[in-house]
Amino acid sequence: MRVPFKVSYDQDLGLFRDPVQQRWYAALLAGTLLLPLLVPDYLGDLSLVFIYGLCGLSLMVLAGYTGLVSLGHAAFLGIGAYAHVYFVQDVGVPWIVGVALAALITAAAGVLVGLPALRMTGVYLSIATLAFALIIQEVFTRWERVTHGLKGRPVDKPVIFGVSFGGDLAFYFLCLAFLIAGLWLTANVLRAPTGRAWVAIRDSEIAAQSMGVHLARYKTLAFAYSAALMGAAGALFAHKIGFLAPDIFTVLLSIQFLLMVVVGGLGSLHGALYGAVFVAMLPVLISQARDQAPQWVGHAAGLLGRDAGSAAYLAVEQFVKQPGLEPGIFGLILVLFILFEPLGIYGRWRKLQLYFSVFPLYKRATFRRQKTYMRSERLR
Amino acid sequence: MSLFAAEDLTVNFGGIRAVDGVSFEVEAGQVFTIIGPNGAGKTTIFNLISRIYDPTQGRLLLRGEDITDVPPHEIARRGIARTFQNIELFEHATVLQNLLLGRHAHARPHFAAELLFLPAVRARERASRAAAEKVIDFLDLQAYRDSLVVNLPYGVRKVVEMGRALCAEPALLLLDEPSSGLSVEETADMAFWIQDIRTLLGITVLMVEHDMSLVGAVSDRVLALNYGRVVACGSCAEVQAHPDVVKAYLGG
Repeated sequence: MRVPFKVSYDQDLGLFRDPVQQRWYAALLAGTLLLPLLVPDYLGDLSLVFIYGLCGLSLMVLAGYTGLVSLGHAAFLGIGAYAHVYFVQDVGVPWIVGVALAALITAAAGVLVGLPALRMTGVYLSIATLAFALIIQEVFTRWERVTHGLKGRPVDKPVIFGVSFGGDLAFYFLCLAFLIAGLWLTANVLRAPTGRAWVAIRDSEIAAQSMGVHLARYKTLAFAYSAALMGAAGALFAHKIGFLAPDIFTVLLSIQFLLMVVVGGLGSLHGALYGAVFVAMLPVLISQARDQAPQWVGHAAGLLGRDAGSAAYLAVEQFVKQPGLEPGIFGLILVLFILFEPLGIYGRWRKLQLYFSVFPLYKRATFRRQKTYMRSERLR
Repeated sequence: MSLFAAEDLTVNFGGIRAVDGVSFEVEAGQVFTIIGPNGAGKTTIFNLISRIYDPTQGRLLLRGEDITDVPPHEIARRGIARTFQNIELFEHATVLQNLLLGRHAHARPHFAAELLFLPAVRARERASRAAAEKVIDFLDLQAYRDSLVVNLPYGVRKVVEMGRALCAEPALLLLDEPSSGLSVEETADMAFWIQDIRTLLGITVLMVEHDMSLVGAVSDRVLALNYGRVVACGSCAEVQAHPDVVKAYLGG
């Protein structure tokens, strides 16, 4: 077990716990830079992981740190995507200005959602954001001058300062740069008074207020910042999919984002990224399994005889071709995570770390929580 | 002029008059205790002072200044910090983070500067940390600095909550039942701390408390409430001997 020796307050103010951790992150960065060499065929999927990483950060700020669960984040992604494409392709602003405008407009939309949301908590807030997302989807369909409605609108390749980022490799690095920037900015806010105020609101609004936190201001700020991140992600997302249509930004996408932060682990930036890897890579795995599974099962059952083998092959093939398989598996995984690992992948990772660092003294009960204390007169 | 005064404080919840024309004055440097049977309106008075409830009638004065219409998040900046009866800590944050949040009233957060973590933000963080460390030393919380609150025993949480309020460097500290749920030794420690808060830190304390040994040990003045009305006010011995107080507690 490693205990950092602290001699200055600045050690606790840094982004990394100690030099060892810093080196691990440097190694991770080197790894992501070298990754295109190792898996050149998956660059598209990896860029999507990074874009989803930004989306995960966005919802993590709101749901994981401020405790405001949004079921409408796909709408912010859509607003960012459409705004970016509109400004770059119709108005003709430079690419980077387009991203900035997309982030700003989405932030403004975030404030608009945030203001009425100040009076709501918990499930009521989620329903309100869900309603917002449905309205925005309708706007995408009807506002044809900007969005081209149901016809959809094609998205050009990104060109920044005259350099095309259309290639898979260039786009991979573009997304990586945005993700790192988003992580840095978010980590900065979270170690400053604003981040602490968000956590305070999440854990006890009444105490936060009594200690001087202006609830309305900080909740609105959380909405605005979260939406701005989503807007920037939307700009990249537009280029990633290459074609915008209203039916992309559905409630199912919002639920995928929520899944991301819950499966990753609420209340940690790591969790947002684990969740992004999970949500972006799971469809890839499922589609591969879809091709391979009938054969595997067929071969395995074939040991019992030829008829059993072909029957199993057909049965599995029919099963994996069911159209609702992917959402079904998503849902199942979400349920299992909430049941067995409410702290998500990050929580599991922390347990694993502790297991090895205190080996062989790990006790299962370490993470077992006592029942919470009575809060009979809790003020809301 | 007294540090804090409540004038004719009244609040109605529907048909129930929870606090009924309560007036009292707290002099600077005092420990002022409010006692009374359950439901007498003690915590309601605290919530009125924290501006969580709006009084139906009456005024709150801090250093002669009317704070009856100040928004609740401004109260800490004006110099009033509080604890809660059923601990309201930020459970999934560390003790240090809780204490730093206590400094929020003194922070002047600037979002753009925080996004980039400019040197000014770092300097402020360092200053907040130094102030929080003073409270950690004062309350002997060194061992718990990096523990999550959710993992701490009840008695420690109680101290952490008081520490968070102290981090705000208030002029008036409101303690809502500081000894509830504490063991005998912890209550004795609490009595020492309350005395130290008054004499060493110069903070005026207004508390609600049931444990009469603690009340007797630290209070300069005691106010007894029953059914939202003032029954008696004076030194601890005077109030305990007051016939109406005896009647309120024992009936008859």
